[in-house]
Amino acid sequence: MEALTSGMPFLVFLIIGTIAVAASILVVAMRNPVHSALFLLLTFLCVAVLFVLKAAEFVAAVQVLVYAGGIMVLFLFVVMLINVRSLPEERVMSAFWKGGLAVGLGLFILFAGVVRPGVYHEPKGNERDLRTQTTYRMRKVRNADGTVTERRVGRSRVVGNSEAIGMVLYRDYLVPFEVASLFLLVAMIGAIVIGKRELLAEEEESTPQFILDRAEKEKEVKEVVNGR
Amino acid sequence: MTSGDIVFLVPEIILTIGACALLVFPVLGKRAAAQSAKWMMIGLLAITAIAVIVSSHTVTDFAQSRLFATMFAVDSFSVFFKLIFIAAVAMVTLMSEDYFRDSRYSPWEYYSLLAFALCGMLFMASGIHLISIYVGLELMSLSSYILAGYYKSEQKSTEAAMKYFVLGTVSSAILLYGMSLIYGVCGSLNLIAIDRAMSTLITNDALMLGILLLAAGLCFKIAAAPFHVWTPDVYEGAPTPITAFLSTASKAAAIAIFARIFYVGLQHFQLDWSFVLATVAALSMIVGNLAAITQDNIKRMLAYSSIGHAGYLLLGIISMSEMGMRGVLVYTVVYLAATLGIWAAVLMLQQHEYAGEQVEDFQGLHTRSPFWAFAMVMFLLSLGGIPPTAGFIGKYYLFAAAIQSGFGWLAIIAVLMSAVSMFYYLRIVVAMYLREGKDAQVSTAGSLRFVGAACLAITLFFGILPTPLIRQVETSARWVAARAVAVPNAGR
Amino acid sequence: MTYSFVPILLMILAAAILGAVFLGLNTIIGKKQRNPSKLAPYESGVPLLDESRKRVNVKFYQIAMLFILFDIEAAFLYPWAVIYRNATLTPAGISWFVFGEMLVFVLLLGIGYIYVWKKRAFDWT
Repeated sequence: MEALTSGMPFLVFLIIGTIAVAASILVVAMRNPVHSALFLLLTFLCVAVLFVLKAAEFVAAVQVLVYAGGIMVLFLFVVMLINVRSLPEERVMSAFWKGGLAVGLGLFILFAGVVRPGVYHEPKGNERDLRTQTTYRMRKVRNADGTVTERRVGRSRVVGNSEAIGMVLYRDYLVPFEVASLFLLVAMIGAIVIGKRELLAEEEESTPQFILDRAEKEKEVKEVVNGR
Repeated sequence: MTSGDIVFLVPEIILTIGACALLVFPVLGKRAAAQSAKWMMIGLLAITAIAVIVSSHTVTDFAQSRLFATMFAVDSFSVFFKLIFIAAVAMVTLMSEDYFRDSRYSPWEYYSLLAFALCGMLFMASGIHLISIYVGLELMSLSSYILAGYYKSEQKSTEAAMKYFVLGTVSSAILLYGMSLIYGVCGSLNLIAIDRAMSTLITNDALMLGILLLAAGLCFKIAAAPFHVWTPDVYEGAPTPITAFLSTASKAAAIAIFARIFYVGLQHFQLDWSFVLATVAALSMIVGNLAAITQDNIKRMLAYSSIGHAGYLLLGIISMSEMGMRGVLVYTVVYLAATLGIWAAVLMLQQHEYAGEQVEDFQGLHTRSPFWAFAMVMFLLSLGGIPPTAGFIGKYYLFAAAIQSGFGWLAIIAVLMSAVSMFYYLRIVVAMYLREGKDAQVSTAGSLRFVGAACLAITLFFGILPTPLIRQVETSARWVAARAVAVPNAGR
Repeated sequence: MTYSFVPILLMILAAAILGAVFLGLNTIIGKKQRNPSKLAPYESGVPLLDESRKRVNVKFYQIAMLFILFDIEAAFLYPWAVIYRNATLTPAGISWFVFGEMLVFVLLLGIGYIYVWKKRAFDWT
């Protein structure tokens, strides 16, 4: 059992990593955009497993929640919104695929070259202690002379991954955390500003002339598409 | 971290509250007049500027006020840049008024986004921690992407926003990758801790890659040469006041973090990165200035010219000395004043949407508006670095710093390219004074004229009497450059 | 810690094997009748009314985008909720602080919510 579990993470890494890479290649290679989106989903899930392997459970959960849950919905909407269809005569590879491959391989070698032990910072003993956060339990204690003081009665180590993240995020990184909310707010404004028609345009689009024009245009587009 | 530290974030907090007010005020109440949006914005900026100055005075020793788990520094450097950003955004606000007069787009969200972008820039100016710097940078960038596409029914504007967004996020990802490698090697994201960790390292290829990626991401943000391709399209397509914002305030913020990161955090590896950056600077100056010659569209011409100016600014960072830092600060002020003035002139010629962008539109300006023609000449001379204007002082500092640090060859390229730049700057001057003018209308908006006059005043005043600026810059540069131990003759 | 995920791995494996077995049995044992109507998209026995893939109103997209933004906000709430109890136990009055910072966070997004609501992005008409 011991031998099995010690080799296990590496085996899982090999399998999941291979699936992740293969799926991400298929994302760009698929002709049907819906298939691409589904392979992207597979990639996201595999990456979540890789996060778990590195003991980053919270990130893995967020990966599933936000990417596999939310971002995928967006992707599927985009696919529908722009009405792409798989065109059999279209080339799958771009004309620059050789250059792209060369750049990709070059970057891979460059990045793989710096992944080796000894290059990175190793936390020293006392730094490692800092990483495992501790919290204290306090209790009011009556002293011999009648005064009441708080005293530490218990000490508990922070064990969970999200707990450790919470401790760092809400204590040390509180300003970046608040700025993140500003960031989301700006994104919301952007969604409205870019996505919503301004009132004037809405009025314009409800005029009979505009509707007629649009019907005409759609008919033309349909003819062109069917003509292919 | 104590709760008293919150005092130092007061300008940012005020600005955030104000930006939120700008956002919800019109949707909650009855239809508010568009005019009041501008004045609310100006008022907000004034209060923020006062808050910056007041909060800086509560700090006795600038260098010691590192707060919030050493994420922000309130030092003379950050105060200097914060005030510059606020002034630049105020100018952009004044310029925008005319642009929105008969547009169907709401000015409220526009100003609110501008305020959020400014908020990000304030965080960038004071950040001494890679996370806080990154978060500020992203806040500024995201707001800029939206602002670039604000004229959404214009195809050009949407295209500009799309290009800017896609390339901008990719560059942010590269930047983040670089930061993560640096963190992996140094074990900290705080610039001073990074510096301390690096002083014990001899050489390390992961670190080199990290620095390279970090520099690439930052070069994109300041639009330096191999990473400049987005600039002309985005500058051309974005609404003109936003182009003014991107080419001035946004660029200055990026150069501020560039200087801070490389001077404080990465100084020990100056020998390694200075050559990479020197190549980037040389390329920027050559590509930017040569490509600008062939442009007829003034927005594109200024875009290429701004690429060249990014190259000049890099000289100050490469030279890694107090002189270089001073050069960066002086040149930022000078460049911002002249560029904002030119954008005000372009806006003055624009009656609606995208007219008034060609160089020909400037023909015969001196008969139509002698003030603007004279101001334009001064701004262009300042960008070219000709003596009676402030541009000369800025270039003098930068080139001298480069020579001092042994980058004489770079200074020679810079001087040559300044001469080339005069060629296309003078094209506009020739168009204004020697060509017959069309009888096009000229906007007489008071706020535009005010911006032009203010920029002209700065350009001429610091050109003739540079002492107050230099004195200020000396203190501001000291806090950042004090730790920079320049390697003599690094360039040889 | 990672080993606590081994049951999940086993479950995934079991699910994959089960699915493979059912599908495999189907192809081996099942009768095969090929006719064109089998390839047609299924719409409750009714012939297709329209193309399945056509342009969708941009509003779907907008709603999806807003959903993601609030989704990310919720993701930030998890670690906060986890540490809140422990944070209140630590000395030096940190509890109000932790409470306050989440209040600010939610307030800022609340402003966004008000804005989005008043801009009628949630209305369908």
